[in-house]
Amino acid sequence: MGRFAPPLLGLAAAASLGLATWAADQGPALPSLPAHPLGAVTPAGLLAEIIPDGAQNAEQLRRGQALTIAGDCMSCHIRDGGQPFAGGLGLNTPFGVIYSANITPDANTGIGAWTNEQFYRAMHEGVGAHGENLYPAFPYPWFSRASRADDEAIFAYLKTLPAVKYVPPANHLPFPLNIRFMVKGWNLLFFRPHDVQADAGQSAEWNHGAEIVSGLGHCGGCHTPLNFFGAAKSDQALQGGDVDNWVAPNLTANARTGLGAWSVDDISEYLRTGRNARASAGGSMAEVVSYSTSLMSDQDRRAIAVYLKSQTASPDRAPGTPDPGAMRRGGAIYSDACASCHLENGVGQPRFFPPLGHDAMLQQADPTGLEHLILAGGRVGPTATRPSPLIMPSFAWKLTDDEVADVSTFIRNSWGNQAAPVDASKVRTLRRRLGLQATHYTANSGDQG
Amino acid sequence: MTVTLKPVDAVLVGFGWTGAIMGQQLCDEGLSVVALERGPWRDTAADFATGFAQDELRYMWRHHLFQNVSYDTLTIRNNTSQQALPMRHLGSFLLGTGVGSGGVHWNGQIWRFLPSDFLTKSHNQQRYGRNAVTDYDLTVQDWGVTYDELEPHYDTFDKLCGTSGKAGNLRGQIQPGGNPFEGPRSNEYPTPAMAQTYAPTLFGQAAASLGRHPFPHPTGNLSQPYVNPLGAQLGECTYCGFCEKFGCGNYSKASPQTTVLPYLMAKPNFTLKTECEVLKVELTADRKRATGVTYVDSAGQEYFQPAEMVILSAYILQNVRLLLLSGIGEPYDPSTGKGQVGRNYAYQTMSSVNVFFDDKILNPFIGAGALATVIDDFNGDNFDHSGLGFIGGAYVAGMVTGGRPIEMIYTPQGTPAWGLEWKHAAARNYLRSFSISVHGSCMSHRGNYLDLDPTYRDTFGRPMLRMTFDFTDNEHKMSDYLTDRAAEVAKAMNPREIKLNRRTGSWSVVPYQTTHNTGGAIMGDNPGNSVVNKYLQVWGVPNVFSMGAGAFPQNAGYNPTGTVAALTYHAAAAIKSQYLKAPGALVQA
Amino acid sequence: MAGTAGAAVAAARHDGMLGGPPQTFTGAVPWQEGAADAPPGVSGTDFIFFTSAERAFIEAAVDRLIPPDPVGPGAVEAGVPFFLDHQLAGQFGQGQHYFLAGPWSKGTPQQGYQSRFSPAQLYRAAIPAIEKYVAATFNGAAFSKLAAADQDKVLKGLESGAINLDGGVDSATFFAMLLQNTREGYLSDPIYGGNKDMAAWKMIGFPGAHYDYKEWVTRHGERVPYPPVGFKGRPGWTER
Repeated sequence: MGRFAPPLLGLAAAASLGLATWAADQGPALPSLPAHPLGAVTPAGLLAEIIPDGAQNAEQLRRGQALTIAGDCMSCHIRDGGQPFAGGLGLNTPFGVIYSANITPDANTGIGAWTNEQFYRAMHEGVGAHGENLYPAFPYPWFSRASRADDEAIFAYLKTLPAVKYVPPANHLPFPLNIRFMVKGWNLLFFRPHDVQADAGQSAEWNHGAEIVSGLGHCGGCHTPLNFFGAAKSDQALQGGDVDNWVAPNLTANARTGLGAWSVDDISEYLRTGRNARASAGGSMAEVVSYSTSLMSDQDRRAIAVYLKSQTASPDRAPGTPDPGAMRRGGAIYSDACASCHLENGVGQPRFFPPLGHDAMLQQADPTGLEHLILAGGRVGPTATRPSPLIMPSFAWKLTDDEVADVSTFIRNSWGNQAAPVDASKVRTLRRRLGLQATHYTANSGDQG
Repeated sequence: MTVTLKPVDAVLVGFGWTGAIMGQQLCDEGLSVVALERGPWRDTAADFATGFAQDELRYMWRHHLFQNVSYDTLTIRNNTSQQALPMRHLGSFLLGTGVGSGGVHWNGQIWRFLPSDFLTKSHNQQRYGRNAVTDYDLTVQDWGVTYDELEPHYDTFDKLCGTSGKAGNLRGQIQPGGNPFEGPRSNEYPTPAMAQTYAPTLFGQAAASLGRHPFPHPTGNLSQPYVNPLGAQLGECTYCGFCEKFGCGNYSKASPQTTVLPYLMAKPNFTLKTECEVLKVELTADRKRATGVTYVDSAGQEYFQPAEMVILSAYILQNVRLLLLSGIGEPYDPSTGKGQVGRNYAYQTMSSVNVFFDDKILNPFIGAGALATVIDDFNGDNFDHSGLGFIGGAYVAGMVTGGRPIEMIYTPQGTPAWGLEWKHAAARNYLRSFSISVHGSCMSHRGNYLDLDPTYRDTFGRPMLRMTFDFTDNEHKMSDYLTDRAAEVAKAMNPREIKLNRRTGSWSVVPYQTTHNTGGAIMGDNPGNSVVNKYLQVWGVPNVFSMGAGAFPQNAGYNPTGTVAALTYHAAAAIKSQYLKAPGALVQA
Repeated sequence: MAGTAGAAVAAARHDGMLGGPPQTFTGAVPWQEGAADAPPGVSGTDFIFFTSAERAFIEAAVDRLIPPDPVGPGAVEAGVPFFLDHQLAGQFGQGQHYFLAGPWSKGTPQQGYQSRFSPAQLYRAAIPAIEKYVAATFNGAAFSKLAAADQDKVLKGLESGAINLDGGVDSATFFAMLLQNTREGYLSDPIYGGNKDMAAWKMIGFPGAHYDYKEWVTRHGERVPYPPVGFKGRPGWTER
């Protein structure tokens, strides 16, 4: 199995080859320290390994690597504590839990025995090796935009990775969705394989951005709202969607809830480091940054930014007016519980703790993302240049549903923000879904919970 | 049944500051590294988040982050005529455990020792005569390493932490606003000094009026956001006043968690195992090489971890104990003066002056671990000791680490400890008082040492470490002299009254003083006067390195962490540039 | 040492107090949604440790250690007896962070706590021993029935160690612990059952669990306006 010298980790990564190899390549041997090869490689490290010039079909493999990064295959095809690309991650869809497949080259449990044609059909038509229909949690509606050559490059690259013998769990879907055949009907209704056609009226950069965003990058998989059947609403592309108890924010030019106020540089920096002066990547976006956008080239990130900045602003809706009592209580909670990082006046510490004023994420019509963050906490995606996860702690134990709602309403309507007030019952529902408990202490303490 | 694991290049015993730094340095060289930590995993958001970190009862008084002495403690006594008894409850020092260890619950006071501190014996002997370093049975000696050799490594640690401060000596040029007595620095501090609250400001003004040279305390509580060379990010301190004994909730205190772990944990050649207690360093039959370590995990399983290098990166008391338990080196015998392991245990000589105002609201709860204005005029050999009858000194700091009310309600001289009078004094003085800290050196002494206790054993059946320690006349004289200097500044602040808390009598384990235990595995220039060489490499067992303040031949009048870190980087540099090419003794005995 | 060390650690650590299971970390800083080592505050309002006789002694004693008056609450008003009760019923009382194995010896004052008792055992042994001394000295009276001046006299005798107690209790050791625990209850976060309504914090001017004072650092001599807040909030969080 070919393995390549990883670039980002410097000398350290050479250890995965064993010290003897490192010594042969790089300088004098270490006489009495025998090589102790390591079994482990980090997911980002694996993706960042440099494909050496000498490798057979190096060009194709490099392209396959770049496309695998752009497609963010890792985020879904690794489970907690699992091996890269071995799958087994449970994806919570509105219809049930779907487990990602093993796409390592293991012959029996992975894609080792697949042919180019089978891989192409999976990517392009959503059909598995044995002709079965794959669930659209696998984003083939976007992947179908990739060319046959691209698919072959990805396939060739995946086949160079370490094979892992692992069978993911069976899916948990209610009848009749547990019948893969049902997906056929879904495909007829919603799936249109993309045409690969450049827009001659736009720059090459824009077109490249479009290719990533609407193709392998499958941004709309989360950022475009879904209809009742779980298919993207094509007339509301990139206007924001919900995914797994988070909100994927609006990426159009909407000044309040979208990227209207962001510059191309802001977007590029966010995709590269997981953080910029305005926001940090949390929730599922943290993984997208760690395993995909931070590993892309600067050109790819810039192209995405240019394309996103060209999106027409979504229509704005007038938010409701917050209750003065909720604002007063929320302000008190904010000062005591949030100012430690976001500071008394909400200015935060840019690139560390996001400033809260004029914040798109906070002003989404659906406050689920904010509630999720307050209840469960959130981690900023670690990247090679900015490895600190800067985790926002969980406040589920500390704040009651009413308190979460009040402080959210306050944050959504302070420092230039304007968004609908938050209802405590929504918080209660989300808390239950996340399985998080409030802690109640003795009434002697004044605990109102 | 002991399970033998796959060999690694290096095993780290303990995972606090020195383990994290050494892990990063060795992993960057491509070595496979395993860290064994006896406590649990810990990190900011789950273990000391802003929503509950400021819990004086839980952390300070119930020892939630500290070593649990119920299954492993040490025995203590003031001198060899006493029977050593177990330290049954933490007091005088608060030992760390868990990932980050003391680096999690330290104050963030980042100091460099003075150039003359590394030459304690030769410098003082030259200036004050031979008796100055042998009176009172002192056993001080030179370090075998100089300030100039360590300076680049102090600088590296400053850059790792983003230390906030103001240089007083930049490449030989004295800088206004800094400490004019410090050794030359190659660079200004990475971030500016913290803003000072009222009490340290008043202290600085009073000190200046007396002709002293006040400057802001160098601190790992950051004055502004910072990205270190590893890409790790630290936030800006919000002065919550819960540093020492607490973890920092908003990423603004330098710790292994904030400065190293985000980088190190992502290394594929690094593995951390928690709840794993190392029992012993295993040696070859000729005892000239370590083969690895034996440890037991909290599930009760014993393992042998073979390793090319063993890095003792636990706290000094644990490192010294492991050396003794493993039969490395010769144990020190105070009656003959023979043997090196355990010799020259020292501590820190603390005293303070409380200052009470009527007319000034000081808001002591606005604090930070190293928020202070300091004078260094009477530290080390910054002043003429002729005729004073002691060597060493202290920094004197108008310091406000916080206003935790169970610990830090100061009441005037003569106030009873309870009753209405106490309550009224608390209500009257809490906002209007503060403490001047006198942070004194502690010279080594023939009778102060560490060895294995003959009676008491820990849960694992191993002998406990036995500490024999008392302050010597040198320390008492130094401390009295320095406490008087602090009182001068206190009086110059024109308060209503002051209270002197002198260091009197024998060392007691009861009141908290400071967790600056030093010595026992000291460094030096030959095996006849030390356990490790200048690269912290054990004499005679060249693949064992012993990190930490155990290497200090005696303790200077500063907090140890800066010097501990510099010694670690210094050792790592030698391992990388020399040892890996030719594993063996880095200094010929 | 081999096998026995393993067995010993398994027993010691699996009592639920010392550490968790061994873990191996590689590849990333671990984190889990919702993870929080939330403080072990107490629930309910019932006493669960003290007998009624013990409670009578404790209430009388702590109210002499910190008596009520208009300046601020007394220890009873602040809930200190309830705090002590729950501390002693919990891990502190069981001596979670005390080394209690033998052999035992009185030692020097510098060697600190040398009792074989856990804190709960010390209270349990000390209170009847004190009541026995009080009954013998004050015509059979209970401590709680003594005049305040006599109560203070007893407390001073305990503080100095001048009173000798039965049952292997060192009076000065017990007094030091009682005074320390009383202050803890008076001044700790109210989730532990004392410092009711944060009244002790109000009395001294401590804002409690507030975290950001950045704007106040250089406002020398000014009163900081934040009202005290505990981990579970303050009235301003919920006032309709």
